[in-house]
Amino acid sequence: MTTDGDGMTTDAGKTTGTAATERAALVELDDVSKYYGNIRALEGVSLVVHAGEISCVLGDNGAGKSTLIKIIAGLHQHDAGTLSIEGEETRLTSPREALDRGIATVYQDLAVVPLMPVWRNFFLGSELSRGTGPFKRMDVDRMRRTTHAELLRMGIDLRDVDQPIGTLSGGERQCVAIARAVHFGAKVLVLDEPTAALGVKQSGVVLKYVAAARDAGLGVVLITHNPHHAYLVGDRFVLLKRGAMFGSHTRDEITLDELTRQMAGGSELDDLRHELERSAS
Amino acid sequence: MSATAPAPAPSPDTKVDERLLKTSPLRRLMGRPELGSVVGAIAVFLFFAIFADSFVRAASLSTVLYASSTIGIMAVPVALLMIGGEFDLSAGVMVTSSALISSMFSYQMTANVWVGVLVSLVVTLAIGVFNGVMLTRTDPPSFIITLGTFLMLTGMNLGFTKLISGTVSTKSISDMQGFSSARDVFASTLTIGGVDFKITILWWLALVVVATWILLRTRFGNWIYAVGGGEEAARAVGVPVNKTKIGLYMGVAFGAWISGQHLLFSFDVVQSGEGVGNELIYIIAAVIGGCLITGGYGSAVGAAVGALIFGMVSKGIVFAEWNPDWFKFFLGVMLLLATLLNHWVRKRAEATA
Repeated sequence: MTTDGDGMTTDAGKTTGTAATERAALVELDDVSKYYGNIRALEGVSLVVHAGEISCVLGDNGAGKSTLIKIIAGLHQHDAGTLSIEGEETRLTSPREALDRGIATVYQDLAVVPLMPVWRNFFLGSELSRGTGPFKRMDVDRMRRTTHAELLRMGIDLRDVDQPIGTLSGGERQCVAIARAVHFGAKVLVLDEPTAALGVKQSGVVLKYVAAARDAGLGVVLITHNPHHAYLVGDRFVLLKRGAMFGSHTRDEITLDELTRQMAGGSELDDLRHELERSAS
Repeated sequence: MSATAPAPAPSPDTKVDERLLKTSPLRRLMGRPELGSVVGAIAVFLFFAIFADSFVRAASLSTVLYASSTIGIMAVPVALLMIGGEFDLSAGVMVTSSALISSMFSYQMTANVWVGVLVSLVVTLAIGVFNGVMLTRTDPPSFIITLGTFLMLTGMNLGFTKLISGTVSTKSISDMQGFSSARDVFASTLTIGGVDFKITILWWLALVVVATWILLRTRFGNWIYAVGGGEEAARAVGVPVNKTKIGLYMGVAFGAWISGQHLLFSFDVVQSGEGVGNELIYIIAAVIGGCLITGGYGSAVGAAVGALIFGMVSKGIVFAEWNPDWFKFFLGVMLLLATLLNHWVRKRAEATA
């Protein structure tokens, strides 16, 4: 699976790589900074997201990944630098505006409302209606059927779309959230640590759907602290540390070993390795 | 990918399906929010049918329904608010405020009472908006915000009434224009098959139907469940959380207006100190009806059944000729059982694989 996945991404990277230089990136952050009072949450971060590519943002806890996601998702506004969507410099004022511009964010914890049925979650905020005036109502049948069909397309065969989404497994919930974003015509998918709380198998399932979303022509921002997951699917890698960017690479510039080394802090990892080798012998 | 992917893919999927098939039918039955309250209502009915001879007479049942409806008119919008994750402690005195505004405006302006009724509607809705806006613009929990409104309204009810009328109750408006037609709408009695039914029962049923329609079949209903069950998630997918909550507080205010007008036109005179403590009765009815106190789960029908249990217990004790002091005891038992059941339901519904 690893080698096959690699082959696929390199191909996609090559074909879109040449086309991407000609047209504007879907989302481009240039030298973006964010301050909370006197706290520097993010400084001088640049990130490019092209259609059909996966841009990975890697960083340890407290590196500023969440702040970056909130700026792209419209929850917070940046204090310096520029945010461009399809070549147009902009400033997102609300999550709704980000959604309207085609940026869908799937959060790690708050992707869904656990007690609500799957189909209500799927269409939450974008419910289908029929009828007019006081008899305007949700088109429940169509929403149920669409939910079932969309999830089936992603390989989740739910017996009952009426079950509370909290009864699904973590990986399935992530997939529902991704399917939802794809269904509603997102151009850019922002994923906040989609594999963080998952086992190996479930992580694989989620990464498969991330790749599927990319193949469907979406630009993906994958936030993670796992370089192995990032390298399986990523085309570009941005490394964050203590709110600053300390590395930005395309796939051909870096190997998995080097990525892992940088993530772990380079020389710090070497020291750790020496230490562990000694204790092992 | 073709060599490796198909092999691991079906196994987790089929495993999930099997697990769901095993537990789903039971979950669906037990998962209904009304279930506990309906079982409770049947038990309470049978209990009093056995122990109070006069309980099952038509006239007695009409009395029970009337008592239930006066609580139910408020319990239904309060339940919607609770599903939306918030409380309104001002709901009880807001009923009195609404009646006082209506009565005093008509009396002081010597206007048709319908003018007072409409002014009361506007002002009461404004109180609801005030609750909602205060809550959504600031951070404190709704418990504190509406506790403030509760105290303010309690004080204003007494203060303004004494200031304007000189006593703690309003002046009679029964001889004023429009009184009889307003009475027909808010406090008349309908005779069906020789049994008298209060019109509040119709208001109650209408509210249950409208609230159920809103909850289950409109976008707003979807938003109510969402803001109560996961406010941040709802906000992130673009649900107008603040507007939804303000709307819910306006719903409570609307219920308070109907209740208040009923109070005014059935007794003609309004006591300005009334209503204190009723807000808890509405909340208890909603909780007995299966609403989760933490929001995100519940139904309008359940709240109506909760109100019915309330009505049956309060009147059943009278028909059984027991000391009415026992009313509170029964209520406590019902509340405890309902809460335990709800807690169990939530844990089960939120359990993740």
